[in-house]
Amino acid sequence: MTTPALPPAAGGNATTSPQRHGRLALMLLSPTFVVLALVILYPLIAALRESLYLKQDGLDANGFVISGDNFVGASNYSAIFSGETATRFWNAFFNTTFFTVVGVSIEVVLGVAMALVMHHALRGKGIVRASILVPWAIPTAMSALLWQWIFQADGIANQILNSQILWTTEGFQAKVAVLIADTWKTAPFVGLLVLAGLQMIPNEVYEAARVDGANAWARFWRITLPLVKPALLVAILFRVMDVLRIFDLPYVLIGARKSSVETLSMLAFDEASKLRYGPAAAYATILFLYVAIVAYIFVKLLGADLIGEARERTRNQRRRKAKATAEPEEKEAVPV
Amino acid sequence: MSAGARARTAALLAVAAVVLAGCGDDSSGDSGDSGAAPKLDGRGPITFATGKDTSGNMQKLVDKWNTDHPDEKVTITELPESADDQRQQMVQNAQVKSDAYTVLNLDVVWTAEFAANRWVVELPKDEFDLNNFLKPAVDTATYVDKLYAVPVYSDGGLLYYRKDLLTKAGVTEAPKTWDEMDQACKKVQALPEGKNIGCYAGQFDKYEGLTCNFSEAVQSAGGEVVGEDGKPNVNTQEAKDGLNFLVDGVKSGEIPKAAITYQEEPGRRAFQDGQLIFHRQWPYQFALANATDGTSKVAGKFDVAPLPGKDGPGVSTLGGHNFAISAFAKNKATGLDFIKYFSSEESEKSNLLATSQAPTRANLYDDQELITKFPYLPNLKASIEGAVPRPKAVKYGDVTAAIQEAAYGAMNGQKTTDQALSDLQSKLETLTAK
Repeated sequence: MTTPALPPAAGGNATTSPQRHGRLALMLLSPTFVVLALVILYPLIAALRESLYLKQDGLDANGFVISGDNFVGASNYSAIFSGETATRFWNAFFNTTFFTVVGVSIEVVLGVAMALVMHHALRGKGIVRASILVPWAIPTAMSALLWQWIFQADGIANQILNSQILWTTEGFQAKVAVLIADTWKTAPFVGLLVLAGLQMIPNEVYEAARVDGANAWARFWRITLPLVKPALLVAILFRVMDVLRIFDLPYVLIGARKSSVETLSMLAFDEASKLRYGPAAAYATILFLYVAIVAYIFVKLLGADLIGEARERTRNQRRRKAKATAEPEEKEAVPV
Repeated sequence: MSAGARARTAALLAVAAVVLAGCGDDSSGDSGDSGAAPKLDGRGPITFATGKDTSGNMQKLVDKWNTDHPDEKVTITELPESADDQRQQMVQNAQVKSDAYTVLNLDVVWTAEFAANRWVVELPKDEFDLNNFLKPAVDTATYVDKLYAVPVYSDGGLLYYRKDLLTKAGVTEAPKTWDEMDQACKKVQALPEGKNIGCYAGQFDKYEGLTCNFSEAVQSAGGEVVGEDGKPNVNTQEAKDGLNFLVDGVKSGEIPKAAITYQEEPGRRAFQDGQLIFHRQWPYQFALANATDGTSKVAGKFDVAPLPGKDGPGVSTLGGHNFAISAFAKNKATGLDFIKYFSSEESEKSNLLATSQAPTRANLYDDQELITKFPYLPNLKASIEGAVPRPKAVKYGDVTAAIQEAAYGAMNGQKTTDQALSDLQSKLETLTAK
């Protein structure tokens, strides 16, 4: 970040170098900002706006639907939290949270185990890695159909367990079915990210530990886990955000409007399919807030150093560079 | 649960408080309604949005049309296989007022919604020979006494039964009542080869099929879901008897536990695998269960009969598809001609031969050549002519969800029959209140 190889500005007058930097940065970044505004900001605002409106309803004398939207303020939101709708909402909220907490926990344990296997496989590394990743490559709706076959009344799951469980009916077993299918599909994803982290750990650290007499268990807890933590946290964050908006798996595998597996996105979808876009947008906005809050807490509590570390690193680098070139750049060296 | 959403939005919902079967007396061709349908104009290439063309016969018919009408070519736009997804795509298309679809292949229960939202245009009644169509089918294509679509495919429930086992057990006739069916089952299950065979199944998973099966049970016990005056009427003894037929069946094991998970296909597999004595199913199963390529263990061993009821023959639910013209399409006149062509006797006959889908033209059911090929046609005609359509609701999605909620809850033992039906009654009342 020393003197930029810029031709002098058109005016050629005495703009100070930080200002010129800022303008250049803005220019270079603006396409990204425009795209982000279009694909993220606009839909968000549009959904928020939609959630404050309600389609006119009722039929006119000829049986036609009266068209037009009414501004209803926050009543789409307050309706969600009142009466029977509230029961349905909190049930979906619980299901979503349940799938997230339980599902991600299982996936992390299995994913780490898979990563260790992939990392240590001596022979056939390629095949082991490829085969573990196959479930991740299958589209969710497809895997839901596959598992539906497995879980049907006379399906293979019941044959193996020698049981007569009706997996796709209401009840706890439906939740279990969703968890199993979700784990099957996404544990490899966690495994892949953790594997990348494992490969970054230098061998010398293990050798040193071995010299110091640490057994395998201690090496795992004291070395592998702490060093793989950044990668693991990224994997968990991705998975948590993914499961919070889970839709296709329970929808295809178990079915619509089954309270045992109904999640927040399914509620939004159900409303939208009945042409009540206002309430649907309200559900979607609540889900968005939930995901945003969870992500924020996650980054603050667990992954604070995820971004912090990186920031620290750039800061140090810049300081070093600044000192080395001895230029008065420090003022703007701490961006954001 | 879903109950709440519906109860809350009750005030916003409207169900066409008109209509049920029988109200459509003037729907069969005689004009005289206030104001003729607006004229449809514009000729040129059009598109035909439909579900999957499983047999390839649609394409064949379209190809023939295209050879005869080189300037008004029709392109098939295949939508997803699931009915809900098809509706979703058509609704989205209508929301953005796109002219991408001209002719729409609508499920019979969507007609009211599409008509009330002005997504499809009114069709000129006098240009179709509606007198030659099955009356209940035509009724599904009308809304507030105006024609918005033309029925092309129909559907009615049939009772598939294992003739071989019944004969062996000394039962010579297909049961006409639920009691007779029950007794026939007991006799068959007493046979050595009848052990571990389930008695009866239909489509009992929580989806549209359950709405059909529940309505059939209620109607077959002499009740009604929504009355002729458009008012719900499920808190009656007849409705209780109907639902109890299903609830007690599950309790006693007469309906196998697994049937709670059955949609059409899992049920068909169970029947073809010889796991069921009686099966309520649509006509499409006939050809498949009779396949001799080894996929069906019951080929040649079964027959079909009209659905049984509480004290006599049962009453089927009406299924099928209607063709309509999108309000946002160009070349509507071509669309109209195409619908005429597709609903012609010749086209419907070729469809029946290729797909065994039930036609909507009455005389095809009496065609001796066709009866030889599809022996169930007379039974099917009786089934469809006596069939009751599902409620013609603009907010049909809410109505069917409420029905499924009630029936599924009762069959799973989460609610008593009385509770389920009184809940359903109050929910449907708020849904039908304007």
